[in-house]
Amino acid sequence: MIKSLAITTVWSTDQERDKRFFIETLGFTERTDMDMGEMRWVTVSPPGQPDVQLTLMRPDGPGLDPESREAMTALVNKGALGAGVFSTDDCHATYAELKAKGVEFLQEPQERPYGIEALFRDPSGNWYSLTQQRESEELDMSKPWSGSVDDAGDDS
Amino acid sequence: MNTPGMARLRAMRFAKDAMDRDWSDPGLDLDAVAAHAGYSRYHFVRAFKATYGESPGQYLSRRRIERAEELLRSANLSVTEICMAVGFTSLGTFSARFKKQTGTSPSAYRRQHGRRAAAMIPGCYAMLFTGGFKEPPPASGSPLGKRPEGTSGGAPLPDGEERNNGEALRQRR
Repeated sequence: MIKSLAITTVWSTDQERDKRFFIETLGFTERTDMDMGEMRWVTVSPPGQPDVQLTLMRPDGPGLDPESREAMTALVNKGALGAGVFSTDDCHATYAELKAKGVEFLQEPQERPYGIEALFRDPSGNWYSLTQQRESEELDMSKPWSGSVDDAGDDS
Repeated sequence: MNTPGMARLRAMRFAKDAMDRDWSDPGLDLDAVAAHAGYSRYHFVRAFKATYGESPGQYLSRRRIERAEELLRSANLSVTEICMAVGFTSLGTFSARFKKQTGTSPSAYRRQHGRRAAAMIPGCYAMLFTGGFKEPPPASGSPLGKRPEGTSGGAPLPDGEERNNGEALRQRR
């Protein structure tokens, strides 16, 4: 029987830079940083969740043939890959805090049926959702649910 | 693997992200988008198309139509209001682009889909589904990694394609 998700992969085109991003900018905890010769094994965890680690894995590391390395690195750089959804108890506050630290956001916090959600990228180009789930944990289908209505209305 | 080709892909990503983020900003013209990539306008259009399969103007237009689809499904706004909200200034242009992209007119789309498909899919995935990874024309070979970096991807499109920009990417004359 599987008990839980323990480690998941984040493709990183610069492990040192991205480790700093997770720890210094996002406030994650360093779990492992081992030099294994041909590769470096780096894992970090969200501060409140020590049992799940993200491993920062080079897309051009050992184990892939040259063509796959190039294709994988291109996918990361083009921004094609997403690496997960992070939960927060205050999406607007976390958005403001991270944006002030220079995090590249793709979308400001918007109301969705499942909560409030913003989108950002890490320095390699992976995208993440930053979601504040509704307290009821149920979908709220009472509103038209299009975050762009208000935004667009302000502009016109 | 920090080759010039990869640096170019990163630069194109910054430009695409700016359009995904600021699509409703009327000031987001071609020069502004190219500046996000750190490219001159001329080189930018070619490089963007080689990376994502369509010109920046086509991409922004597609992104705005996708926003309009969401509004038509969910918002209590007239078609004209939605046209303005997503950054088009002409209802005729909006309707024509909408029909070209979705195969149906805005009002017919609303009749078919209205109030049915609220934003149930997390926004990040919705964004990805309609993201800038349009399939290249069939003639240009395998979809993944076949395009040589730094050169044009596939056969050049007719000149008219590059001028077929979204409204906020009107070229400054």
